[in-house]
Amino acid sequence: MKTFLAFLLACAPLGAEVTVIKNATIMTESARGTIKGSVLVRDGKIAEVGENVMIPAGATVIDASGQWVIPGIIDCHSHIAVDGNVNEGSVSVSSMVNIKDVINPEDIAIYRALAGGVTTANILHGSANSIGGQTIVIKMRWGKDAQGLIFEGATPGIKFALGENPKRAGNPQPGGRGPAAPLRYPATRMGVEDTIREAFNEAKQYKAEWDAYDAAVKAGQHPLPPRKDLKLEPLKEVLEGKRFVHAHCYRADEILMLIRIADDYGFKIKTFQHVLEGYKVADEIAAHGAGASTFSDWWAYKMEAIDAIPYNAAMMAKKGIVVSLNSDDAELMRRLNTEAAKAMKYGGISREDALAMVTINPAKQLAIDNRVGSIEPGKDADLVIYDQDPLSNFSKVQKVLIDGNKYFDRDQEVSGRPRKEAEKQKLIEMEKQQQRIPTGGRRGQ
Amino acid sequence: MRGRYSSLACAAIFCSAVFAAANDTFLIRNVDVYPVSSAPQQNVSLLVQDGKIAEIGAKITAPKGIRIVEGKGLRVYPGMIDSGTNLGLSEVSAERVTVDTNELGEFMPQLRALIAVNPDSEHIPVSRVNGITSAVTYPGGGRGGRGGAGAQIIAGQAALIHLAGWTWEQMEISPDAAVQVIFPSIGGGGRGGENADFPDPAAFGGAAQSYTERKRQYDQAIQRLNDFFDAARQYQKERAANAAGFKRDLKMEAMIPVLEGKVPVAVTAQQERQIRDAIAFAEKQHVRMVLIQPRQALKVAAELKAKNIPVILGRTEALPENEDAPYDQAESLPGELHKAGVKFAFGTFSNEFVRNLPYNAARAVAYGLPHDEGLKAVTINAAEIWGVSDKIGSIEKGKWADLMITNGDPLETPTQIKHLYIKGQEIELTNKQIQLYERYSKRP
Repeated sequence: MKTFLAFLLACAPLGAEVTVIKNATIMTESARGTIKGSVLVRDGKIAEVGENVMIPAGATVIDASGQWVIPGIIDCHSHIAVDGNVNEGSVSVSSMVNIKDVINPEDIAIYRALAGGVTTANILHGSANSIGGQTIVIKMRWGKDAQGLIFEGATPGIKFALGENPKRAGNPQPGGRGPAAPLRYPATRMGVEDTIREAFNEAKQYKAEWDAYDAAVKAGQHPLPPRKDLKLEPLKEVLEGKRFVHAHCYRADEILMLIRIADDYGFKIKTFQHVLEGYKVADEIAAHGAGASTFSDWWAYKMEAIDAIPYNAAMMAKKGIVVSLNSDDAELMRRLNTEAAKAMKYGGISREDALAMVTINPAKQLAIDNRVGSIEPGKDADLVIYDQDPLSNFSKVQKVLIDGNKYFDRDQEVSGRPRKEAEKQKLIEMEKQQQRIPTGGRRGQ
Repeated sequence: MRGRYSSLACAAIFCSAVFAAANDTFLIRNVDVYPVSSAPQQNVSLLVQDGKIAEIGAKITAPKGIRIVEGKGLRVYPGMIDSGTNLGLSEVSAERVTVDTNELGEFMPQLRALIAVNPDSEHIPVSRVNGITSAVTYPGGGRGGRGGAGAQIIAGQAALIHLAGWTWEQMEISPDAAVQVIFPSIGGGGRGGENADFPDPAAFGGAAQSYTERKRQYDQAIQRLNDFFDAARQYQKERAANAAGFKRDLKMEAMIPVLEGKVPVAVTAQQERQIRDAIAFAEKQHVRMVLIQPRQALKVAAELKAKNIPVILGRTEALPENEDAPYDQAESLPGELHKAGVKFAFGTFSNEFVRNLPYNAARAVAYGLPHDEGLKAVTINAAEIWGVSDKIGSIEKGKWADLMITNGDPLETPTQIKHLYIKGQEIELTNKQIQLYERYSKRP
């Protein structure tokens, strides 16, 4: 472990040990609110925040005069950095598969997300199954390998999905291409409920077998262990509170349905995702203690999004629900700061509370708020510097730090473009030259 | 342009439930006026008479008993124009039964978007409460396009509509703002279908057909397009000669205004090759062209400027076209085109995101477009490009009172719209979403 740490430190850019961002307007998203001053970063952590911060000798100083600093943005619903299809759609319950196994650290979407101020994202399996695959939280450490992206210690999750998407494979596809695929249960919201109940009925028995085994071992006996079931293992973890449920949902009826399943089987829904009709059952969601991660203003792209309203986030927040705004999209992901501004427009949320919906609130929903989501001493130095008010549509990300290391710098990006373009042209020329060589074989075979 | 513009009779029908008040004569006072076509004027009055802008100034003698709208601390802007929508033609994009864009048939200039506009589409009130008062709605494009073999080349007539009215006739500003041409593409319209740098399909995940074959199909499609225009011109001659045995043809009739230069072609072309070929096509056929969503317009900017070809840009809230492209490619494009002297307006090319039109302009401002040009690109530029700048697009005497009164810069998200007028009629700032908000806010 020590050698590994030494390796990590060796990899860190020079001068990353102590950095001071000074003269900035800092939206701390903590009890301190918004202040003018400095952030001192030491060894990847925020060491000090305040109006008057002493600059240690040898520190890297970033003068952010006229600029704004916010905590790194957290996207609670993303599918970037996934190698290939995000859906294992062949079965109604695909809890045995794990997004962690297919993280692609070279996805350009990671860099683009960085350029939009995102430092952490919840990477989810798709929504083709009532119970989908396992999920993982990553940091946008562009340049690191797959292991290096994973948010150390973050509780893993599992995707559930309700409504139209999990039903789709159970209904004939009009105009579908290719030979007709066999229909897959379920085809209705009734079937979605049953699928989830059947799975937890199994999981509960499975857990009972293991609990009995564990108790026997504890009592000094030597029983045979039950057979390990890779489908039920993650559901057992859900029942034990060791794995979070992130449930894709739209309509009020299905939200309520899942709350009741969770009540019956004794587990919690950590977040309702999309949850576009959450405003209709906000009391029930609040009573269950689930978070809600929604779109700011997407609607009408499908039938179950027809009653979506942009006031959803504000209405749920007013009922005491921890609300985040997510992207579910590599493009939208790059501008979650201005998505937060929509919570100000629709429902009158304050500036700080609006920005919280893309910083500290998603951190709470993922239970990583001890590490990220606000600018407070002891937390990871995941910081974004904007040229102006980040809730303004005119703002641009200037720099992004993760663990105190700079991963994005707009000035460097822009000044480096001519060199990259020249390099690209050179490669194209080389490619063209190669194509002209009259050989029998073809490339890429 | 041609068409039935508002008569008083029409304005009289235009009333009751849609509008909070049936009165289209009023005075906004103590307001900051942002005409867009000229410098802002602080703390003045704006007189609207019979739905038209009558006067702007510090001292206006208003008719006695006129309705007064207090504008203290507020601003008034012209209503915004979205130059790329399917408003009224598509409700739930994933449900084909609710979508009326993309008819069958390759050359269909006779199809009229206007007559398929559903005035009760929920997208209309949702869009207009954010200050969008008119929009171009296209017969083709958007999601639900068929693509591939049998794809449309001429989709029909795009209409410019007001976002208020009991019927589509009342909504009409221009029934044939343009004839929509979806220019052929080598990749069949798919992503990454064409890249002139690598004329080898193996470099693009192995396209089913060879580049040579796709290029041949592309050239053939352009030939068919030119043949269609040639046939229309022949028809035009025969029609003018009133030759014996002349038979009226509805497709060809629909082409006459285009050939006469009264109606432009709105040509969708994204890639540099397509754009250049589209320019060549328009020149060859002597037709006016508006270029739609040309993502690689920057590579052709000098020609666009030299030939006065206006452009409708898509969303700046968009990803770069490929991995190598700068992350802010879509955001920077408007600013770069402005520097190059190309005239453009914005379209959202959606229905769901029409209300975010001003934020797309704002994002362009963040990445280099001057602020006043951002505003123009959602107001007066659009009006000029669609040939209706005598009617809408700015706050000038004689134009329709399509106005929004705001508490700040409309390009900024938290800004609230306080009053909205279309043809001087006050629009009630409500819609299904606001009603759901109010209803569920009261849930005990």
